Amino acid sequence: MSRVRADEEEYWHSSKFRAFTFDDEDDELSQLKESKRAVNSLRDIVDDDDDDLERVSWSGEPVGSISWSIKETASGSTSSLDGRDSSLQKGSSSYAALPKQASSYSLSSLFKGRNKLPSFQSLSDALTDTGVKSYAPELRRPKAEYKDYSSDWSPKDTVRRMQRGKVCSLERFRSLQDKLVLLDEAVAGHDGNVITAVLIFLKRTLRREILFRELEVRQVALCHLIHFLREMGEQKFLLDLLRFLDRTEEVALSQYREHLNIQDVEKRREFLKGCIGLPFSAEDTSHIQDHYTLLERQIIIEANDRHLETAGQSELFRKYPRKASILNMPLVTTLFYSCFYHYTEAEGMFSSPTNLKKTFKIPDKQYVLTALAARAKLRAWGDVDALLTTKNWLGYTKKKAPIGFHRVVEILQRNNAPVQVLQEYVRLVEDVETRLNLATKYKCHDVVIETYRDLKDRIQLTAYKCKVERGSAEEEKIHSILSNVQIRWKN
Amino acid sequence: MAAHLSSGRVNLTALREEHEVEKMFTLKPGRLPPADVKNIIFFVRPKLELMDIITDNVLREDRGRSPQRDFHILFVPRRSLLCEQWLKEQGVLGSFIHREQYSLDLIPFDGDLLSMESESAFKECYLESDQTSLYHAAKGLMTLQALYGTIPQIFGKGDCARHVANMMIRMKREFPGSQNSIFPVFDTLLLLDRNVDLLTPLATQLTYEGLIDEIYGIQNTYVKLPPEKFAPKKQGEGGKDLPTEPKKLQLNSAEELYAEIRDKNFNAVGSVLSKKAKIISAAFEERHHAKTVGEIKQFVSQLPHMQAARSSLANHTSIAELIKDITTSEDFFDNLTVEQEFMSGIDTDKVNNYIEDCIAQKHPLIKILRLVCLQSVCNSGLKQKVLDHYKREILQTYGYEHILTLNNLEKAGLLKPQTGGRNNYPTIRKTLRLWMDDVNEQNPNDISYVYSGYAPLSVRLAQLLARPGWRSIEEVLKMLPGPHFEERQQLPTGLQKKRQHGENRVTLVFFLGGVTYAEIAALRFLSQMEDGGTEYIIATTKLINGTTWIKSLMEKLEPAPF
Repeated sequence: MSRVRADEEEYWHSSKFRAFTFDDEDDELSQLKESKRAVNSLRDIVDDDDDDLERVSWSGEPVGSISWSIKETASGSTSSLDGRDSSLQKGSSSYAALPKQASSYSLSSLFKGRNKLPSFQSLSDALTDTGVKSYAPELRRPKAEYKDYSSDWSPKDTVRRMQRGKVCSLERFRSLQDKLVLLDEAVAGHDGNVITAVLIFLKRTLRREILFRELEVRQVALCHLIHFLREMGEQKFLLDLLRFLDRTEEVALSQYREHLNIQDVEKRREFLKGCIGLPFSAEDTSHIQDHYTLLERQIIIEANDRHLETAGQSELFRKYPRKASILNMPLVTTLFYSCFYHYTEAEGMFSSPTNLKKTFKIPDKQYVLTALAARAKLRAWGDVDALLTTKNWLGYTKKKAPIGFHRVVEILQRNNAPVQVLQEYVRLVEDVETRLNLATKYKCHDVVIETYRDLKDRIQLTAYKCKVERGSAEEEKIHSILSNVQIRWKN
Repeated sequence: MAAHLSSGRVNLTALREEHEVEKMFTLKPGRLPPADVKNIIFFVRPKLELMDIITDNVLREDRGRSPQRDFHILFVPRRSLLCEQWLKEQGVLGSFIHREQYSLDLIPFDGDLLSMESESAFKECYLESDQTSLYHAAKGLMTLQALYGTIPQIFGKGDCARHVANMMIRMKREFPGSQNSIFPVFDTLLLLDRNVDLLTPLATQLTYEGLIDEIYGIQNTYVKLPPEKFAPKKQGEGGKDLPTEPKKLQLNSAEELYAEIRDKNFNAVGSVLSKKAKIISAAFEERHHAKTVGEIKQFVSQLPHMQAARSSLANHTSIAELIKDITTSEDFFDNLTVEQEFMSGIDTDKVNNYIEDCIAQKHPLIKILRLVCLQSVCNSGLKQKVLDHYKREILQTYGYEHILTLNNLEKAGLLKPQTGGRNNYPTIRKTLRLWMDDVNEQNPNDISYVYSGYAPLSVRLAQLLARPGWRSIEEVLKMLPGPHFEERQQLPTGLQKKRQHGENRVTLVFFLGGVTYAEIAALRFLSQMEDGGTEYIIATTKLINGTTWIKSLMEKLEPAPF
């Protein structure tokens, strides 16, 4: 974002126009100047009025006050009907200027009907036929509507007026009945801004139970109020409303969301603990529980490890200082961390990988993958070997990788494993083609040679001779295989 | 006078000139730059994040300076009470002398494309049930009708479409004097809800423009590209002075070459570029044949155009190279393979290996969400077990707080459990011919070329509406969410069109909730079909791609503390 801005700034800065002064002879401007001066001098008075609930109009200014009427006049001179329509015009003339290279194919074509490009022929013809005679006549409203403030507008007129961005007083709607009619009118107009305005008025002037009850049967208005409360951060009101409506899962999620605003980890942990009992869906409940448990663990691990690190006793922490704290990291990242710093710990320890695996029911695949990456990063090849070795009940050992050996090879390679180590696992890749590919790519010569031998592919084997070093053991091996008369070559 | 702008470029040249604006700044937190002016106007979208920045600006203003500067705020497109309330709570509302609105609903992006650029429209409509953006859409359509005549026929599919049509009819009724005497340009208006077709934006777009957007993100017709490929190729520099600033280019049909290739499948772009290269070098060769003064003069007069063509070619060749590096990568291929399997209905009902691998390797979360949502949509919802599995993996790998995002996706219908155990997608796919096996990327004969096999559902609906009409697909329409409808707006007899033989109809397609570049390409393809009979103009609430779209639905998480 900031880069975008810096870039655009250059563009905007480069523009230089004559300064705007209020000494201009222009009538409209001097009018503006006057009203502005008046508003300025009145601002203090206006601000004090904020607490007066009954008298606040939808723009937040007290209706009927001097500043209000001045504002009305001011906006009458700047953004009256004509001003508004000309803003439309302004809009469309700036449209035309949008693409810098003037072209018949550009935006102006659609808006001014000057298109002469063949593919748009019919449209452009239609446009030149009609021309653009008038701007937005449908949006033009009778002048009468812009007359001075009148106090007896119907709910419908009030809503319409507000839709046009006009100041309107709502406090004359006193009875519940009137207020609800007003709300229904606002909803029928679909303009969220007006609906919100009316809702704020209702929220201030109605008792909660009544407001909630009425909103329950007005879903659209209800959604707007929920959105408003959420954006304004009126959490308590929101939760009361959701509880009233029995939308328990939403209450739960909404409350859980709050934890994001808590920076202090201890407080966050306490908060999450409180979330566990909330009425989430069954599946989500277990996730929230896990979230709490994880943070609890992280706090313990963090305290311990920070101590270890500053004490400087542990070689591991000295050699590989921690890049960041483990607090608030995802589970898999935490597992990686624990495989990196606490691999050999007994299962009873909170920071041990096996403990994490058990507590959070981490699937085998995920565990092996993470542990492998961590141990490979430390170049602990013995651990890698042990991780992939399983013993059966007869005591025989066997290599097994729930993630597939090609993935093992990938991870090891990324951590610059020596060829001897890599080779061992490349050999175990089941699919012959993948094995050959990986072996060739990572120069595991023995595996390539043996695979070609097993495939009885003399041509490929012969060709491979040039890939190995002259006079090396590998070359020797190729020669001896090629001269082996017992092999029945397929080519 | 100085103006402040929130991001999102609206061309204000005209406004500037009329009002003699001294300086323009982009909105950012901190102290306002010094400018010797009396008035400062904030020109902003009504968004709370922006209000915070403005608050910061106002609070840091030096009260002692003289002359004191006055603040004004201009909301685009509408004043927002929510924002004003927010400013009031921050204690700065009183600092603004004027609070007005600049009613800019639809912003033209190209000769056939209008957008409201309201990125939160989809979220507001489908998650928050806030229909304000629909109100603006309706208002924008009224303005369009005021300019280009009443649109006699309105078709629509989806709840939001129904709302917009209702509002238009209501607005028309409320201003009875509004019957205008403009000969209608548009024959038909087609309103389409984004949630009628949740599938299309999730798939990777494969047109040239679509890929630029997928990979680098087009913002208000501008794209920023890594500079390496755009370094001036001079000898002896030895790569020392490589530019470090991203290269910024404007993309629209004003550029002849771009107009030609933007909507092509990426695989067909290379051949066009090499053909163009030959033509241009041939044109430059012409100078050797220019013998007479007159010939030389003619050559010279063409030079500027030729040079522009050459630099345009150089730019697009560089962009195509950048994109090719990505499209030929293994991961792009694997990702596309999975997408295409899902869209053609293969293995949509079980946990996908590739997605699991991507999670294990911690690929960007948005990529994972796009794929999982795509699978869900192509299976009319996932089996509970599969859904739970994905959820668990995502939360464990990316953090439990994303439970909020997953919930949003579920609410929007993008990620959900299958209900009733029925998968409607195969029927929809077959009836609407959404998957085409024999796709011709070079010389397409069907819109499916934009996704190399998948024909965007939304555009198929538009195509079938034009011919043979929606009556033929009633059954499928019922399977898609929301009502479908037709409305007619009466025209005075004098304005009724007498269609010449062979004359094209013009349809305005309005995508409520966003449209992708690939869909636009598909509609342009239909416009250009010889026997198509219909031309399309496109309007939308926002130009989107899968990534920006999913992002708009994600819960805003606090930045990590480190």
